[in-house]
Formats: sequence, structure tokens, C-alpha cells
Amino acid sequence: MQVNEIKEFRPKIVAFCCNWCSYAGADLAGTNRLNYPSDVKIIRVPCSCRVNPMFILRAFQRGADGVIICGCHPGDCHYTSGNYYARRRMTLLFSMLDYLGIEKERTRVEWVSAAEGAKFAATMNDFVETITKLGENKRLEDLRCKE
Amino acid sequence: MQRIMAEKAKELLQNGTVNRVLGWKKGEFVYDITPAVFNNTEEIDAEFVYDDFCANNLSKYLIKESRKEGKVLVFLKPCDTYSFNQLLKEHRIWRDHVYAVGIPCDGKIDLDCLKKQDIQGIVGIETQNDNFIIHTLYGDHTIAKEDALAERCLNCKSKKHVIYDELIGRDGEVLDSHRFDMVEKIEAMTPDERFAFWRGEFSRCIRCNACRNVCPACSCENCVFDNPKSGIANKAAADSFEENMFHIIRAFHVAGRCTDCGECSRVCPQNIPLHLLNRKFIKDINEFYGTYQAGEDTESRAPLNIYNTEDVEPSIVYKKGGNH
Amino acid sequence: MQKIGVFVCWCGSNIAATVDVSAVSEALSHEPGVVYATNYQYMCSEAGQNTIKDAIKKYGLTGIVICSCSPRMHEATFRKTAAAAGLNPYMVEIANIREQCSWIHKDMATATEKAIILGKAAIAKVHLNAPLTASQSPVVKRALVIGGGIAGIQTALDIADAGFEVDIVEKSPTIGGKMSQLDKTFPTLDCAACILTPKMVDVAQHEKIKIYSYSEVEAVKGFVGNFEVTIRKKARYVNENVCTGCGLCTEKCPQKNVPNEFNLGMDKRRAIYIPFAQAVPKVATIDANYCMKLKTGKCGLCEKICTAGAIDYSQKDQLIEQKYGAIVVATGFNPIKLDNFEEYSYSQSPDVVTSLEFERITNAAGPTSGQLLRPSDGKHPHTIVFVQCVGSRDTSGCGKPYCSKICCMYTAKHAMLTREKYPDTDVYVFYIDVRTPGKNFDEFYRRAAEEYGVHYIKGMVGKVAPKADGKLMVQASDLISNEQLHIDADMVVLATAIEPDKSARPLATMLTASMDTNDFFTEAHPKLRPVESPTAGIFLSGTCQGPKDIPETVSQAGAAAAKVIGLLAKDTLTANPCVAHSDEMMCNGCSSCEKVCPYGAITYVDKEFRMPDRTVAIRRVAVVNEAVCQGCGACTVACPSGAMDLKGFSNSQIMAEVDAICK
Repeated sequence: MQVNEIKEFRPKIVAFCCNWCSYAGADLAGTNRLNYPSDVKIIRVPCSCRVNPMFILRAFQRGADGVIICGCHPGDCHYTSGNYYARRRMTLLFSMLDYLGIEKERTRVEWVSAAEGAKFAATMNDFVETITKLGENKRLEDLRCKE
Repeated sequence: MQRIMAEKAKELLQNGTVNRVLGWKKGEFVYDITPAVFNNTEEIDAEFVYDDFCANNLSKYLIKESRKEGKVLVFLKPCDTYSFNQLLKEHRIWRDHVYAVGIPCDGKIDLDCLKKQDIQGIVGIETQNDNFIIHTLYGDHTIAKEDALAERCLNCKSKKHVIYDELIGRDGEVLDSHRFDMVEKIEAMTPDERFAFWRGEFSRCIRCNACRNVCPACSCENCVFDNPKSGIANKAAADSFEENMFHIIRAFHVAGRCTDCGECSRVCPQNIPLHLLNRKFIKDINEFYGTYQAGEDTESRAPLNIYNTEDVEPSIVYKKGGNH
Repeated sequence: MQKIGVFVCWCGSNIAATVDVSAVSEALSHEPGVVYATNYQYMCSEAGQNTIKDAIKKYGLTGIVICSCSPRMHEATFRKTAAAAGLNPYMVEIANIREQCSWIHKDMATATEKAIILGKAAIAKVHLNAPLTASQSPVVKRALVIGGGIAGIQTALDIADAGFEVDIVEKSPTIGGKMSQLDKTFPTLDCAACILTPKMVDVAQHEKIKIYSYSEVEAVKGFVGNFEVTIRKKARYVNENVCTGCGLCTEKCPQKNVPNEFNLGMDKRRAIYIPFAQAVPKVATIDANYCMKLKTGKCGLCEKICTAGAIDYSQKDQLIEQKYGAIVVATGFNPIKLDNFEEYSYSQSPDVVTSLEFERITNAAGPTSGQLLRPSDGKHPHTIVFVQCVGSRDTSGCGKPYCSKICCMYTAKHAMLTREKYPDTDVYVFYIDVRTPGKNFDEFYRRAAEEYGVHYIKGMVGKVAPKADGKLMVQASDLISNEQLHIDADMVVLATAIEPDKSARPLATMLTASMDTNDFFTEAHPKLRPVESPTAGIFLSGTCQGPKDIPETVSQAGAAAAKVIGLLAKDTLTANPCVAHSDEMMCNGCSSCEKVCPYGAITYVDKEFRMPDRTVAIRRVAVVNEAVCQGCGACTVACPSGAMDLKGFSNSQIMAEVDAICK
């Protein structure tokens, strides 16, 4: 029998960042050496409207504890309207997840511009803290995907 | 009503307006109704039926039927006209191949209600004021309508036909229904209670796909759940995640397109209240983006295909969502 | 199975100080499909790039992953490197281990662990990459300008001066637009006609410019570089090529009772007319609604007296097909209708006028030959009240929520000119705020208020009522002294809000260009691309994009021209290959994708499909125009069946990244 070591909980966080604003904002956070936990892994998408609710569920299935979508501020979308569509889709999806009793804090949308490196880092610090408090994602997980 | 409809069907078949009729016929038992295509007046005389058991929404069948030669006559109840309109809006039905006759509906029976009251061996039904008289092998039962009607009929949203070529009887009105009451009740629960409630429901799902197959909005040429490339294709759900995922994705795919016809819940063999997922989206859409009824017209943009620069932020869910 | 090469960059010490680069290349070398993994001090240097090129050739790599700085920095560089070694440039993926790893983490173990995961995600993605080729399309070297006001004129002149052919489509019989109706222009007070008409003549004489006057755009097909436009040339019943513009017909026509739209209906013209003396083209037009010959068949006087023989009662509308590389929208504005503002008695008293009408009254070519006279009795007014913001900044729903921008300045101009010419006139201006940002604008307004003694009163006019003695009772509040005012005025001038021309909305639909809720065209980017529509190849000039004055319109017109020239100067356009693509076997033809596409890149075709049961079915399926698609991906999520996918960021690629990260 193996005795499981009690490990410090390190959340897995997937951040979808739009190429034009938020990904650039994340780069700026790096350029300015603004620290945020390594638990956050960024996936680059052309626009926040590229994020399919399926991707978010997939992340949870595969063991993510939190998913955050970052896009340009409303009105500043590189494609003019993408983040507006993303906003509606995510509002409805998050509301549905909440309705099903899945912790609503596990999903988040933030608007981060290319100039907001500090906001990007602060947002990620805050999100990681929230998810760490919430603990492991139990309600929307696929046990087969866990180690 | 059945007689008038059958006459109308025969008249339109005979004068060449249509070459077939989409309606209902009895199955093995009187309550075992199935949608059917009638090709001639003899078939109509032999099998055509319309009674309080004819719950099926025929709109979805038109996707295939309207692509065939000649015009098809379809009988549409008020709530079916919304589905029909929505499918027209999505260019799924060839309008000029359909002759739509609107028919009145006073609500359809939920067989489970009868089963619960131990009514068996049904051989016929009659309406008398606010009651149904159910003829069975073991004698007649009188049952109040509100005890026998399906939930979606008790909370009927509209008696109005939003589209038709011809109407039998008088048109009704859009109604003030209480259809969101149960959604509100679930919203008022704690997240733990909500999670327990939905686990209790979804864990019964056997992934028979009946809800998808009957849904007029779920009419994709190739469903994502059948498409190995989609990354979410699966047959029987392997665990709680897949049970949840199927229903979340299905509800999201029809969000803004679901007319709340309630067929999903009607056909679910496990009695999962699937309409409560769709109604949650409808309620949210109404609250966040203004009242919208899918299928009410063929022009308006679906709420997820349009936006307003002043739309609420997703963070509204943290403030507004259910209790903690 | 791809053969993948992994190249980990140290970026000097930028990465290597926090990330154990050899551990990363070692770990990634064991990933499936990876046949080569290495690390190097500066991957972007020539030596680094040569390492990549050599490895591509030596190991026959089909995909490469570079673990380095942000793709925003060097993705283009490494794509070129790959292309130089014969690998499709879109088989390159970057794992950002500098900005998003080494620079933000201090602990080497964590940073290395994260760098490995980011590398794995990039490898997972590149497994699913497919070679992409940017499509090329030729550019038709001719521009269309829709609208012949000052915006359209300036844009057309600038494009034509650069050597490209330009056509102007103008719906009225002459170019010139609203500016031709103005008297003086603020803040310099030069006469509008004196500065505009030479430009109109330049347009008429320019060998590269063709004017389609009295014409409208009927249909638009195609896309950037290749628009096919149908222009409806309305019948004017006068042969343009023959008419000399002598004007004899316009004096002899017996139908004298036609409201003259150039003077906003304040005087009459004939059924055959030339809008104004400096019209371009200077050609007569018969108004079919009033011409007796066209209506009853009796008359024909103009034909008899026309020595040039230009009259042609049998003329029909003509449809002209023309190809263009770029389209400029310059459809301009109109003052709003004042039906919702009954309190100002505009419909009841002729002495309540809009500012544009006032402009005509003070113009030497106007209905009163430039004399400031009351429309009702032709007497000189002694008290004039100007009301600002009539229908502007109105959130009640009666007017427009936005500021019309030009009213403060032209009202100051009107007030000043009135006081200058008729010092015995009392002039009141009621305002909410006076907004005068602009070069020499505030100085101009202060001169009106301080030197010319115009009474500026902060407050709104509540009611204007015609009195029995012919005067107008103006009831207003003075918000500063907080009192109610009653002024007996001879004239009231309403600074009426402006709105986009009614033709703009249907035009936007034809162009698939987006509009805001006020029917102003939206920009590709409100700050950085202000003269381009989100729809490629469509450019915006003048007030169709938002209220603006003449100097601003002219600068924007020039900017739009510069963008058009930049486009037309190219022989071919190279499209971004990361575009949407619809799998027609899965497409429902439901139009969801088309609805969310900001570029109008999606159309539908009815296509025959052979079904498994050997029947043939006709299905409506989406087709993406790759030259127009910008690759945002909005359609991919709107699509219920998952038929729509995005090349370079496909569903399976993104999910592979998710899987790799969450593993």
C-alpha cells in the first residue's frame, strides 16, 4: 500500500488570450518582470470569440481547476465585434455552469489590453488565489484523466 | 376536430394542392401516437388521428419532407409553429414545398400522469369541460385536465400560430405562463443543492439520444456528438463528466434557437427535466438581453448572433447567480 | 506522423538564467514525433537560424517548435527561416518561454517545469498543423467613391492625383453636397462656394475622374480588390453629352411651381432645372414628378427651344456594370426631421427655420438674395433666437443621443454675421454647453460673444409659440440666473441635429459594412484605423462615419484616399491563410456564421450532394471567401454543427493544447 504524501495543492489554470490585446498584455507583464504563478498556462487564440465553450469543458475534463478567457476591452476588439460575441457566450455559459451547481468562480472573463501588463499579472495572481482557495475541481472532472 | 382535419387533408390531396400529408397515426395502442406521412385519401380514412394524445411536434420532419417532390401538408399546433418558423429562419425547410395548416390545441396528455394514477388499459379518450374521460378496459376514469396535462401544456406559452397558410378554428393569444417558476426555484437553491439536484437527474441519463433526435433545433446534418473529429463524440456516457457535458453542450447549442417546445422532456425515457436547462438559457437571455422568443419571426437575429455594446459582463453571474 | 524538430533558445541569459534549457530540450526530445531537439544561445541569430535550416533538411522535419520569446516578436522570422529551408511556414509553432515563463518566474525548477509544458503544448499543436498557402488575388486599379460632397470630392481628387481611375456616384444631379448650400465657413468666414466650386471644376476636368451624377449604387458583389458594382444612372431626360448648360429651358419651362430643394423648399424652381449656377456637371435635369410632358404628354416646350437638341423624353434608367478595387463611402448627412419637436412650432411658423435654411437665407444665391428677411412677411427681423442642440444629445428618444459637433460653431458664425451686417438686431443663443475644440474655434466663439455682443444664455428653450402680432413668443430658462425668460422674437433658428443620409443603411447592407445603432458606419478600429471599414476594401470619408466639420472631413477624405492608394498600388493582395473554412458535409446552411461575420466573408450556395442512398440532395452550404476573411473565428463558435473551423487555430489544435497543458 502506498501512503499518499499530502502535497500542497497547485491548481491547473488555462488562460485563453486573444492575440491582439491580452496575449500582448501577458507579454508586457513578462517584459516588466511582473510575477504571477507558473500554474497559469496561456493558449493563444486570434480573438476571444474563438473560444468555444467546448474548449472550457475540455479543460475541466482534462483536469483544469480554473479557466480564464482574456480579450480586448469592449470596443477595442481587433475584429471590432469578437469580444462582444464572446461576452454573450461566456455570460450564458457561466450562468449555466452556476445553475448546475458548478463553482462559478472557476470560470472568468477579463478584458486586458496590450498596455495592461500590470493588470494581466494582477488578474492572474487573483485568479490563482481564488482557485487555490476553492481547491481541486471535483464537480466537472473526468476521473479517467487524473493521475 | 379529427374529422375536420381529415376532410381538409383529403380536400387538399384531391385538389392537388399537396401530394402527401404529415400528421399523426395510432400505434399499437390508442395513446401510442406516431407521426406519419399519408399519401392518399384512403390512408387518411384508415389511420389519420388527432386527439389529446397527439403531442408530437411535426416541424422537424419537414426538414426531410420539404426536400421531396411536391407540396406536403402539415398540421401544426401553436407551439409547433414556433419551431417551424425557427427552422425557416435557419433555411432548413423549403417553405414553398409546405402547406401549413394551423390547428388548435388545448394541451396534450402526459401519459406518466395517467400511469401515476394507476390508469391502465386505455382504449379511448373524451373531453368533458375541465375533465378528461378516459375509457379503459376496466371502465371509465374521470380525471381533471390539470392532473393529466403535460407540464409544458399547463405552462403553455402561446396559443397563437405564428405562421400558417390556413387556420382551422380561431387563433389564440400569447399567454402569460409560469414556465420559469421551476428555474427560479433551482436558482434559489445553494450551489450544493443545485449540484445534487442535477447530479440526481443527469446520473439517470442513459444517452439514448432521444432528446437530441426529437429536438427541432438539434437538426444538424452531422451532430457534433456523432462526429469523431469534434473531440466530444461519445456514445454511452462513461462518467459523470460526460453526462454533464452532453447536456451542457446540447443546451448551449440550442441556446437562442430553442423555442421551448418541450419535446426533449416529453421523450426522455428517464424523465429528466431537460426543458429546465433550455428555460434557464431563455430566462437568462430575456433578463440580460431583452425578451426574445425563438421562432416568433424569421427575421430577428438570434441573441447569440448579435450583441449590444452595453451588454452585461460575464461577472454578473458572480453577483446574480444562485445563493452560496 | 509528423517529424518534429524542437529548438530551445537561451536568449542569452534571458531564458537560460531561469529555465534549464538543456533539461527542456532533453524532456521534449522524448515527446512523440520529436526526432530532433536542441538548444542554442540565440535562435534568431543567423547561426541559430542556420541550425534550424540544417535540421529541417537533415532530418526531413515536417514541423518545428521553437521555444523562445513571444511569437509576436519572432514568429515571422522563424516562418521565413522554415520557408527558406523548404518547410511550409505555417508548420512552425512557438512556445513562449521568455515573456510568459523565464521573465515572470524566479525559481528555476518551476520555470523549467512550465517551459516543458509549454513546449509540449506547442508540439501537440504542430502535430495537427497543416501546410497553409496564402492566396493571391489581383487588384482592379480603379476606385469608386459613393457621394459627391466635399468628402467624396476630396477623396476622388487625391486618388486621381496619384494616377488611379476614380468614379464618383452622386445621387443628385450635381456634385457639391451640403457644402454647396453653405454661405460662409467657420472659423475663417471664407465663402463656401469660393473654396468649393474650384474643386468641383477640378473634378469635372480631371482626366482620371468620371462623374456618375443622378446615379445610385444598385448592387455590389465581390470583395477587396475585385468589387463588381452595378450603378443605376437615373433617367434625367436630357442628353448629358449634348446639353450645354445654357439654362434657357430652365427659364422657359411653364411648370414654375416646384419646391426648390437647393433652397430647401423656400422658393420655387421649374420642372426642368439646374440645381445652382456652378453645378457640376452643368446639365439640366427634368423632374419627372412635375414635368407636364412626361406626366400628361402635353407641352414639350423645352424640346422646342433647346438649340442643342439635348432633350430626350424617352430616356430610360441605365444600368452600368463596373469593376473596382476599392470603394469609398462618402454618403454624408442630413438635418433630422423635426416632427418630434413640436414645441418649437417649426411646422406652424415659417419664421422658425433650421440652421441650414438660415444658411440659404443669408446666402447671396439664396431665396432672398442674401438679405436677412423673415420668410413670413419679408421684413427685416430685429430679434433672433438661436436654439442649440435641437435633437442632439437627446436621450429621451425624440432626437439623437450623440453631439452633432458642428452646431456650436455654425451658430456662433450665424450670430456673428447677423450682428455684423445688421447691428440693430438682438441675437440670443440658448445652449446646453458651448463646445469649441478645434483650431481657432474657441477664439471665434469668444469673438461672437464678446466683440459682437451676442447674448449667450445657458438654458433650453421650452416653447416657441406664434403670436397674433406675427412675433414668436420664446419661453426659455436661464440656468445661470435661474429665471424664466420670455422673448418676443422675429425669427427662431434651430440648430438641428444631423443624421447619416437615409441611403447609408441599404448601402451598408450591400457592402456588408457594419454600422452603429445611429447608422454611422463603424471603423475597422476606432483609434488606429479610423477611415477603413471592417470590411476589407471599403473606406470611409466624411460624415457617414460620424459628425464632423469641413476641415475634419477634408483631412479624413485625404486619409481615406491614402489608404485606397496604398491598396491600388499593389498588383495582387496576399491573404492571411489562417482563415475560416466550412466543411460542407456538415454545414446546415443555417446562416449563423454569416450573421456574426464582421467582414461579410460568408455566402451561401445551393449545392448538389450525392447521398449514400444514391439520391441527389440539394443543400444550402456556407462558403468562406478567403480573400475577405480575417480569421477572427467568431463563426466557428456560432456554428452549431461544428462545420466551421479556423485554419491555424482549429478546434482540434486548440484542444490538443488544452490536453497537453492539463496533463
